[in-house]
This record gives sequence, C-alpha cells and structure tokens, in this order.
Amino acid sequence: MSGPSDYKPSHPALQWFERRLPILSLMHSSFVAYPTPRNLNYWWTFGAILSFMLGLQILTGVILAMHYTPNADLAFRSVELIVRDVNFGWLLRNMHAVGASMFFFAVYVHMFRGLYYGSYKEPREVLWILGVIIYLLMMATGFMGYVLPWGQMSFWGATVITNLFSAFPYVGDTIVTLLWGGYSVGNPTLNRFFSLHYLLPFLIAGVVVLHVWALHVAGQNNPDGLDIKTDKDSVPFTPHATIKDMFGVSVFLLLFAYFIFYMPNYLGDADNYIPANPGVTPQHIVPEWYYLPFYAMLRSIPNKLAGVLVMFSSILILVFLPWLDAAKTRSCKYRPLAKQFFWMFVIVCILLGYLGSQPPEGIYVIAGRILTVCYFAYFLIVLPLLSVIETPRATPNSIADAVLAKSGKVAAVLVAFVIAGGLFLGSASSARAEDDTPPMQKWSFSGPLGTYDRGSLQRGLKIYKEVCSNCHSLNYIAFRNLADAGGPGYSEAQVAALASEYKIKDGPNDQGEMFERPGRPADYFPAPFPNEQAARAANGGGLPPDLSLITKARSYERGFPYFIWDFFTQFQEQGPNYVSAILQGFEDKPPAGVSIPDGSYYNKYFPGHAIKMPKPLSDGQVTFDDGAPATLPQYAHDVTTFLMWAAEPKMEARKHLGMQVFVVLIIFAFLMYFTKKKVWADAH
Amino acid sequence: MTTATSDDHPTRRDFLFVATGALAAVSGVVALWPFVSQMNPDASTIAAGAPIEVDLSPIADGQDIKVFWRGKPIYIMHRTKKQIEEAQKVPLSDLKDPATDQSRVKDGHDQWLVVIGICTHLGCIPIAHEGNYDGFFCPCHGSQYDSSGRIRQGPAPLNLPVPPYAFLSDTKIQIG
Repeated sequence: MSGPSDYKPSHPALQWFERRLPILSLMHSSFVAYPTPRNLNYWWTFGAILSFMLGLQILTGVILAMHYTPNADLAFRSVELIVRDVNFGWLLRNMHAVGASMFFFAVYVHMFRGLYYGSYKEPREVLWILGVIIYLLMMATGFMGYVLPWGQMSFWGATVITNLFSAFPYVGDTIVTLLWGGYSVGNPTLNRFFSLHYLLPFLIAGVVVLHVWALHVAGQNNPDGLDIKTDKDSVPFTPHATIKDMFGVSVFLLLFAYFIFYMPNYLGDADNYIPANPGVTPQHIVPEWYYLPFYAMLRSIPNKLAGVLVMFSSILILVFLPWLDAAKTRSCKYRPLAKQFFWMFVIVCILLGYLGSQPPEGIYVIAGRILTVCYFAYFLIVLPLLSVIETPRATPNSIADAVLAKSGKVAAVLVAFVIAGGLFLGSASSARAEDDTPPMQKWSFSGPLGTYDRGSLQRGLKIYKEVCSNCHSLNYIAFRNLADAGGPGYSEAQVAALASEYKIKDGPNDQGEMFERPGRPADYFPAPFPNEQAARAANGGGLPPDLSLITKARSYERGFPYFIWDFFTQFQEQGPNYVSAILQGFEDKPPAGVSIPDGSYYNKYFPGHAIKMPKPLSDGQVTFDDGAPATLPQYAHDVTTFLMWAAEPKMEARKHLGMQVFVVLIIFAFLMYFTKKKVWADAH
Repeated sequence: MTTATSDDHPTRRDFLFVATGALAAVSGVVALWPFVSQMNPDASTIAAGAPIEVDLSPIADGQDIKVFWRGKPIYIMHRTKKQIEEAQKVPLSDLKDPATDQSRVKDGHDQWLVVIGICTHLGCIPIAHEGNYDGFFCPCHGSQYDSSGRIRQGPAPLNLPVPPYAFLSDTKIQIG
C-alpha cells in the first residue's frame, strides 16, 4: 500500500534532515497520501477515537500521578485531595476515570466492527491479533487503575482478581503471593499496581504503533470487504479521513463530556467511596461494567479452575478467530446468515454483561450458563459451520461500484438495536419491587443546573455541629472550605471565628509535648474520637462512619430499565435519598414478627433494619435563626444537603464549566460536520 | 479539493474551514489551561501558608532561631550591640545591594533581624554567626552576609530577603 514515498520537503533545511532521517516522508505516506477506501462508514472513526483516548488517558494519568500517593494509608485521601484541593483536580480525575470507561466503550465498538466486517480475515490476521493483545493490556491496565483509589471495590476487586490465579493447581498460591508481595492484598500490592499501571499504557502505545503499521501494510478493510484495486476506490487519508475522524472524535467528546460534567459517578460504584477495609467485603462485589460479561461467565461455572479457564478462554479465543471463520467473503453485509448470528452474538454479550451485574443466584446462574454456551458456540460452532454452508451474496466488483450502489442500511442497524432493547426489557421484567427503597425527594442540587441551597447548607452545618459531630467525623472538610465558592457562603472572617471555637491538637512544642490551640481556617474538622477503637467502644461496638463522602458512598439499586432513564434525566441522588430516609426511618417498635438484636434500633431503610445508631434527630432538637421549621423532615433535608456538599464541594464549578464546554463542543461538532461534507463533496 | 462544484462558492467554503480551524485551535489552547493550572500550589498548600506567630522571649541576646514559614527557613536573630553597630555604620557605597540597616528591621526593634535564610545565589541555607561579617556564611559557594543579612562577599547578587512580618507585642511577631 504505502510504498516508498515520493514526498520531497520543499525547504532545504528539511531536505537536509530528510536525507538523514526520512521521518517526514514516513509521516506523509502514512497519514497524508495514504490511500483510504472511499466507502468507510463512521464505525471506522473509532480507530481515531481510540488513539485520541489513549493519548488523553496517558496525559491525565501522568498528571494525576503528580498528585497521587501510592500508599495504603494515604492513597484514598490523596485521591480525595486531588478532587478537592488541586486546581481542576476534579476535572482531571473525572476525565481519567470516565475516560477509562469511554476507552473501553470505543474499543468494544471497534472490536464488534472488526467482527462484523471480517477485518480479521486474510491478510489482516496479525493486525487482529495485535488488537487482541492491546485489549488484554487494556484490561490489565484498567483493573490496576481501578485499584489505585483504594476504596472498598478497589481492594476487593484486587483480592478477587488476583485470587483467580490461585485456581491453577500446584503453582496457584505461589503466583498469588508473588502478585501480592505479602500474605494478603496490601501496601506492596498497591505500590506495584501503581508502577505497572504507569508502565502498561506505554506498552499499549507501542503495540498500537505495531497495530497501525500492520494496518498500513495490509490496507484498511471496509464495509464491503473489498480490496482497493484502482485509484477510484480510494481517497487520500488527509484531508478526507482526517477530517471525518475529527468529526467522529468531536461527537464522541459530547458523550464523554456528558459523563465528565454531569454523571461522573454514573459508571462507578458507590462502595468505592468507602476506604478499603480488609475486614469487610461489600455486599455485592461487582467489577467495572466493561468486565461484566467475562465476570458473568466466570461465575456461571461451578468449578473454580474451570471458571477461570473459561473466562480466560473467552478472550483468548479471539486470537484464533481468523482461522475459525474460514469464509472467503469478509463483510457480513454480503453474508445473510452470519449477519443474523452476529447480532445475536452482540445481544448475548450485552445480556452476559447484565447478568454479571446481578447477584449470582437462581435464574441468573442458569441464564449465565446458557449464554456462556452461546458465546463459545458462536466462535466454535456457528462461524466454522457458516463458512461451509452459507452462500454469500455477490459482492460488487469494486469499492467504487459499492459506493455508487449504496443504500440506507441504517434501518437494519436500528432494528437490531430495537430488538436488543426489547430482549433486554423482557429479561428484566422480574425487577423486584421493594418498599424499603428510599422515597424520591426533591433536591436543589439535582439536574444540569442544580446548585446548593445556601440556607440549607448553613442549617445543615448547624445540625452537623450540634448533633452529628458528637459521633461522626468529617475528615475531608477543612474550616476554610466553608468559605469556598459553591459552598455554604461564609466569609473568611466568619470562618476564622468558627474555626477558633474548636480546640485543635497540635505539637509537639519545644518541650516535646502535644498541646491544644484554637482552630485556624486551614485545620480540618476534628474527629470526635481519637481512633476507631475509641469510637467503637463509645458506640456499643458500632463504628460511626466518616460523613465526608457518605452521600456518595451510599446507594441503592435502581434496576432495569430505570438505570437507563437515569442516564438521560441525570438522576444520581440515590445517596442523598438514602441518607435522608435513614434519618427519618426510625420506628420505636419494630413491625410485628421482626426482632432486633439488643443495642440496635429498627430503621425501615437500613439494610437489615437493625442499625446501631439511635434515632439522632427529633422535632425541635435544633433551632434555626432563619425561620425554617424545626422539624425532622427539614433537618433531614438540610443535613443531607450539607453532606452532599461535603462529598462533592466542586459540583457547582463542574456543572458551570460543563455548560460552557457543551456550547463549544456542539458548535465545533456542527462546524466539523459541514467541513467534512465539503471535503467529501468530490468523493461521493 | 481542487474540484469544487459550481454551487460551492469558494469564499464560503474558505470561511467554513477557517472558522472550524480557528475554533479548534482556540478551544484546544483553552483546554490546555487545566493541565497547566494543576501544577500550581493546591488549596491546602495555600491554606497552610497562612501567617504564623513566633514568640521571641526565649531567644537570648546573641542567639538565633530558625522557623519555617511556607517551607522556607526564616532566621530570627537577636543581635548584640556590636552586631547592630557594625550593621549601622557600614557606608552604603561598600554594599553590593545597597540598603540601610534601618530599612531591614522594624522601628524600635533594632535588636531583631528577621530574614529568609535562603542564599540569593542558588538557594542553599547560609550558616548564622559565621563568616567575616558577623552575619551569615553560605557553605555552598562562599557567599557572606553581614549582621543585617546584606551580601558583602561572594557570588550572591542580593541581600537576604526580609519576609513580611509585624510585631504583635515586644516579644511576639507574626510572619506572613
């Protein structure tokens, strides 16, 4: 394809350089003059989108590493401090965390595109296998990155995934110990994961270079699966493909920005806002969404070693795909049967993903087994069989002919999506209705324009100070934060006065003794107990959790299809609904037939209903100066608003910047669209 | 590109390309700002740089202490009569970075010299009460400062800077 370039730089200095290192002609022949098939559709822009995402992940990752501390005692806090204190830290962290999901989303589209159009077939086998290697490296990188915040899901994800290797006979335990660097997941594990998480993206970038190289040797596949025969079949990469890819990237950025600015925690797990606790496993331990199909396959096999082998095989089988599918026709466009099976396979993968997120019980396990069989059957039975029995439709003579004959195939894709959605709906009709789901509430901070109600924040702070702070710490909030933009709106002088009411332990002084001094704005709210043991001793064995992140660390299942609607309505107030419901959910007597252990109290909304915290707030307990009613619902609303601010102090800045970014991105996407149309005007 | 169709007015096409390119360039540059801004001190570092109070009463005549403010060592030197006189009687013409001793201490507190103890040459910490001028001597490259913290000899170009501070009482200062 890209033979010796005839590119000659015009400037003598460049010519001098070119004779010594012909990198300019390499770039020119690879990214400017390179002939790209005329008939590529938008599914092909995901290659460029992936390159862009890899670059952005490396950039944001390198920056986050400047502020992150890979130490088991400090990692969780350092991530919180990035979000709270570093300039634009919240933006960079959201970009990186959401970016990982977007990266996987794009890679799945890219892989399914290759599957549909037969991009793995001769002569692109090596290109495809390099892609599988990139995908494996991405999975390892994504997994280790998820461990770094050192929350509950990080810790238990690390434990479960590393334990996969213990399934191997004889060497399993040795491997696991080697991975951990200890007798359990701990600080050495975190340190090496950080190191490897920094290293692997550069390996990915290296394999991507090989991937692109192989691509440029074999030439791009295309929707008709035809080779470029004459000049009429191709257009130069620049400007045609470059501009089209940029348009693709600009549309992708809209989706990316939507998550960054409006739904940053939608794809995450609330449990990861609880610091890692080696003594307690979360109720439902679920990997990130992009691993769910494989997780579902792992769990559906009742034997430990077999489950692990099945899971690894489900990815490794992709390596053999070029030889499993021996059909000569590349594109499913001309393979009526293969097309139908392809869409069934897509649905199987989506359903497996859904099952991976559900508890492994009852119908879910059986469904998981059936779908695991379907997954492997596609590769091992359907594709080999189809390559023998299927009669493909006649392909056009050339790409140019295919372009002239093109007709709207969008409808077919749409139909497939509708079918997929319908199946999805059917599968979830068993959604369980529970009456202890916290009731929906109205919050001032919900939605794309939501802001914190200043009065509510100030009243909430008063409630925290007078009531909650007797047992609960607020470790991530400094007094100075109360004067921050987007917060309760106190002046610096008011904050200094408030801080000075507190006694802060400081020292040692010149005599080597600790002493108490009045608080300063830079100090953090002091914790009510010096350590966990003291807190437990004073609270009947229960540990009152730190409240800084409580509204983000608590959630409840929305179930299907609500979680899809939530994406569009931007509903993400499960945490606040839950906290508010807990405060109002105490009942003096448990309902008939329910017994509560001694030292516990009945709460309608607490999982298991037996909570160690006695009813903390009652009508008239705290008085307000601003005339707000001294009632429990008002208290619950105000203190929850305050705690939401404590968990997400930069929310207003986030939404505000989001609006500006969206205006620019939409204008840019429009301009790119028309530019693309102009550039391609002569090619269609 | 060269084969624009007849209804495709060239100037309009050019405008579109220029507008798209300009928006991409401008928003690209603006988008770089967060990546640069994050390198600046974060909010907790700025908050920790708030003023500090130092009690001078334990520092005897002729002694000095070193305190840290914003990560910088601050020398607080209780100067002897001899040191004060030496500092005051040096003619300005002898100085590389001319400044009177008066301008480097607070009125009525001649005995207290408060300077940032970072050599103005390349950032080493000079040693107090060493060198030929009864002041500071930097071991790295041999710069010597007098009892007013002014550069007298060696490669350093400037006097030791005086941090912002004020006397809250005769025995207490606030730095910052």
